[in-house]
Amino acid sequence: MNRYIPHTEEDIKVMLEKIGVNSTDDLFSDIPEEVIFKGEYDIPSAMSEVELRKHFQELGDKNTRLKVFAGGGAYDHYSPSVIGHLLSRSEFYTAYTPYQPEISQGTLQYIFEYQSMICELTGLEASNASMYDGATATAEAAMMMVASAKKKNRVAISATLAPRVVDVVKTYTKFHGVDLTVIPEKDGVTDLEALAEVLEGGDVAGVIVPCPNKYGIVEDFTGLAEKVHSVKALLAMNCDPSTLAVLRTPAEWGADIACGDGQTLGMPLQFGGPYLGFMACSKAQLRKMPGRVVGATKDADGKRAFVLTLQAREQHIRREKATSNICSNQSLMALYATVYVALMGKKGLEEVNKLSCDGAHYLYNKLLATGKFHKVFDKPFLKEFTVRTDLDVKKVNEYLASKGYMGGIDLGNGLVEFAVTEKRTKEEIDELVTLMLEA
Amino acid sequence: MKYYDKLIFELSRPGRVGYELPKNDFATEGEKAIPSDLLRKSSLDLPEVSELDVVRHYTNLSNKNFGVDTGFYPLGSCTMKYNPKINEEVATMAQFAELHPLQDPDTAQGALELYWNLQNALANLAGFEEFTLNPYAGAHGELTGLMVMRSYHKSRGDHKRTKIIVPDSAHGTNPASAMVAGLEVVEVKSRPNGSIDIEDLKPLLNDEVAGIMMTNPNTLGMFETEIVEIAKLVHEAGGLLYYDGANFNPLLGKVRPGDMGFDIMHINLHKTFSTPHGGGGPGSGPVGVAKHLVKFLPNPHVKKDDNGKFYVENGDEALGSVSTFFGNFGVMMKAYAYILSLGKEGIKEVGPMATLNANYIKESLKDDYLLPIEGACKHEFVFDGLKDKSTGVTTLNVAKRLLDYGFHAPTIYFPLLFHESMMIEPTETESLETLDEFIDVMHKVAKEARETPDEVKNAPLTTIVRKLDETTAAKNPILNYKALKNS
Repeated sequence: MNRYIPHTEEDIKVMLEKIGVNSTDDLFSDIPEEVIFKGEYDIPSAMSEVELRKHFQELGDKNTRLKVFAGGGAYDHYSPSVIGHLLSRSEFYTAYTPYQPEISQGTLQYIFEYQSMICELTGLEASNASMYDGATATAEAAMMMVASAKKKNRVAISATLAPRVVDVVKTYTKFHGVDLTVIPEKDGVTDLEALAEVLEGGDVAGVIVPCPNKYGIVEDFTGLAEKVHSVKALLAMNCDPSTLAVLRTPAEWGADIACGDGQTLGMPLQFGGPYLGFMACSKAQLRKMPGRVVGATKDADGKRAFVLTLQAREQHIRREKATSNICSNQSLMALYATVYVALMGKKGLEEVNKLSCDGAHYLYNKLLATGKFHKVFDKPFLKEFTVRTDLDVKKVNEYLASKGYMGGIDLGNGLVEFAVTEKRTKEEIDELVTLMLEA
Repeated sequence: MKYYDKLIFELSRPGRVGYELPKNDFATEGEKAIPSDLLRKSSLDLPEVSELDVVRHYTNLSNKNFGVDTGFYPLGSCTMKYNPKINEEVATMAQFAELHPLQDPDTAQGALELYWNLQNALANLAGFEEFTLNPYAGAHGELTGLMVMRSYHKSRGDHKRTKIIVPDSAHGTNPASAMVAGLEVVEVKSRPNGSIDIEDLKPLLNDEVAGIMMTNPNTLGMFETEIVEIAKLVHEAGGLLYYDGANFNPLLGKVRPGDMGFDIMHINLHKTFSTPHGGGGPGSGPVGVAKHLVKFLPNPHVKKDDNGKFYVENGDEALGSVSTFFGNFGVMMKAYAYILSLGKEGIKEVGPMATLNANYIKESLKDDYLLPIEGACKHEFVFDGLKDKSTGVTTLNVAKRLLDYGFHAPTIYFPLLFHESMMIEPTETESLETLDEFIDVMHKVAKEARETPDEVKNAPLTTIVRKLDETTAAKNPILNYKALKNS
């Protein structure tokens, strides 16, 4: 036996007797002999904690810890110490979906707080209790808009969305049977004239645009929502919730749905996950929104309490008639975001954005001053930007890695995209630029 | 302890902060970077609280929750086993936590090796050629697996196969995933014992069928004994078999799904491989396939070259991608630690001990609770409510009464085959003493149902809140603090 299985030989004997069989093998006697596994598993023998720690340490040593100057959907923001401590409360992390509200008020209440924060940030009226990641949340938004439109089956997505998000949306829509049109980009932003033409087709159920976009540009969508709504289509925006403390919100742009990745709300990079997908929508779209939703109510004694609500939309009730197969969510990551936003507040989020923005512009100006990097787009950006370079990006990045830095993302054709968060100091930026010129 | 019911927003005091950021050494480089038309104009009402406010608030909230660490959690189909602490520790190691997913693979060899090792361990444990670890959850794995299925048929120019057979006893995610994947669900009826009737299945098999989704043991905890014959029939009809790995736990050490004839499966790492459920997530739903389907698995793929170096590859024939990066890597770390902790010997005990525990409870309680299916169950089983229903005490009443006695309730009203379903899954990590305590309480509740039924119907009586008004919550949804304040 081992430390996770408590059965003593005596226990097993007592239990077998109660059941009326001679051995545990008898409990599997209904299984055809030909499918019983008789071999040995090809995995190592049990490790003690000491050995396990050592093994992980050895694996960890094969990774290089870098000062990150890249984004591309994962940002190295500061994560307060408090978060890890609160998330390690096992009353939170060893619970399941709050099916029994009487003993799950902790989970239900933090999700309600999370929903409240997402609503504040996006300006929209309803938020679900989270999705897997930003890309799948965006794919769900595409399916949601088609379900909402009933007879129209086309979704138009801007080519300026992050390519990894577009890829996942393409996968979902291809199999789900949604017609997807990619709106071309022009000067680094969505070609709104091309979009207007697509809208004239009359079969567009929804439009998805990013803010900020794949180059880091904060696009101007003036007049877009009116145009989209005039053909009875919906507007979804993929955004970075951290930046919504300072940038014009989806609601202010007239969007019906906001979605994206919540990793920027203090979550570790963790080699790509777990992160947090978020989705919010206007009241009118609420009943088409996928995922769990928590609502406030009262109990039999009049106490305020929280429950999972609007469950009639969900897969376990509607089965093949549901509009999404979402079952679980990223609840614990929603708690991550909730504690982060609670600690930072409005002022902290504004400061994070200001620091990141100042650092990014400092790096941008410094790069242009070297003469080796050139302006590509003359468009506003916050913490992430794209420049053109004469340098060999691959070579530069290899050299940077050897010096403990992760350089910008190679977009090809000499384009390279940098991101700066509040964690990067002036000294680090100066050194980064020096190293790049040395490479 | 004092009852705590504040919302974090209600602790807010203007000017209070809970953070400290590095000093801004930059001039005002970023000032006016964004034109005012593109800036936020509306108010942003977030809490303004101190660090201690935040710590106390969420600590108090945690006290209002029941987890596996609090007590027995026999929630059927969810495999609420113990979540080992060492797994939590290694998963937060800085060498992994600080890794950017787009780092040059040369600088992330340890992470890629872990991914590779885990994908191989799962392939070996489940009897498949290869796994992708990219899907984020069980339902996401189902969707990915069905996309593999469709890609396979499409690659053969077999475009007619748009139907999928799903038993009426299946988890709700099965038909919903099929719908998302663009497949039409054809339901096959279960026999009274929940298993698939081959005679009902035969007429459904034709050249429009992409495949069948099965859970084995099924949602009643019973093994589909005719699986070999079913696999043969489905394959002969040109279809593929999908294995819903939600019920994989009892088979560890006994049967590999790949050996039963399944072509595709997902595994819930948060069930069988002990990673915490996290209040509903993050989970992880790796998908394994037989050899002829490997090329369809979603991008990115983690590969190893002849020199033992790991690299990342995006295949042209892949179905596309279903995740931004490599899936929930942090969750994979925990599952990997679990497999190494149990080792090849320990893993073999999981299925038999989970099965022993379930059968022990079943046999101990069938005097008071209606057992619709006799015979050895696997990791879980279903009662159809109390045997004596004369006093009108329902499964919901029993479930709520269990909360008073310090147990989490079983899964209730699923599967849909019975009116009063009560699905119990103890898992292998529970001791005989815990099972006996649960059995005693279940007997006690049955006795109360006979003698003082009104008390049971009124349960729970001792929880911090009770009998929540769910009807009003759905009719007049209050979904955020602003709405609550204005209500």
